[in-house]
Amino acid sequence: MKRITVQYFAILREQAGRSEQALQTEACTPGELYAELAGKHGFTLAPAQLKVAVNDDFARWDLALSDGDRVVFIPPVAGG
Amino acid sequence: MNFTLSSSPIDPVALRAAMVDPRAGGFVSFEGWVRDLNDGRAVLRLEYEAFAPLAGKEGMRILDEARQKFKVFDIRCVHRTGLLELGDLAVWVGVSSRHRAAAFEACRFVIDEVKSRVPIWKKEHYADGDSGWVNCHRLPEAAG
Repeated sequence: MKRITVQYFAILREQAGRSEQALQTEACTPGELYAELAGKHGFTLAPAQLKVAVNDDFARWDLALSDGDRVVFIPPVAGG
Repeated sequence: MNFTLSSSPIDPVALRAAMVDPRAGGFVSFEGWVRDLNDGRAVLRLEYEAFAPLAGKEGMRILDEARQKFKVFDIRCVHRTGLLELGDLAVWVGVSSRHRAAAFEACRFVIDEVKSRVPIWKKEHYADGDSGWVNCHRLPEAAG
């Protein structure tokens, strides 16, 4: 099990009902972690519509997560 | 060069003044304004939310790329967060260069890249009482 902190923004924050979540997970990658959380929170965005950041920078969906990592799932951006 | 987020109103006069440079023959700035219509729906106000650590990082990467591609002296970008009313300034980009062509091109590049890459999200509040996160409610494209 790994301890992971997930931060939620925008539509994910509204659907999760919180802006941050500390959890223990068996998920090995951000992809597996999103699948786990999407099921729990009823996220409507598919992974194909998201990017992911680990420890404050963009990361691959198949990155091997480490204990203590901070993960952010990034919905479609709309700055400007 | 800097890319910053601001939770308070952007002051374009101050930002321009900070970039005055006797070497520069050209200065181009872009202002993104909150407008009253999007996709045919009347907008009352909107909010911007940012993942600040990565927004700053990616924003600076964009400015670095612009400085590599275009012969410019300085580039600054400020993006709002928080609640904005119609007519408010959502984003400001300023570029100084010796000659005008590079300033125009770099300014265009920066705003285009910021809009597509920086983790900032926009929630629109519509006149009909509804609200929604831009780009987040359409169905994904059908596989095929």
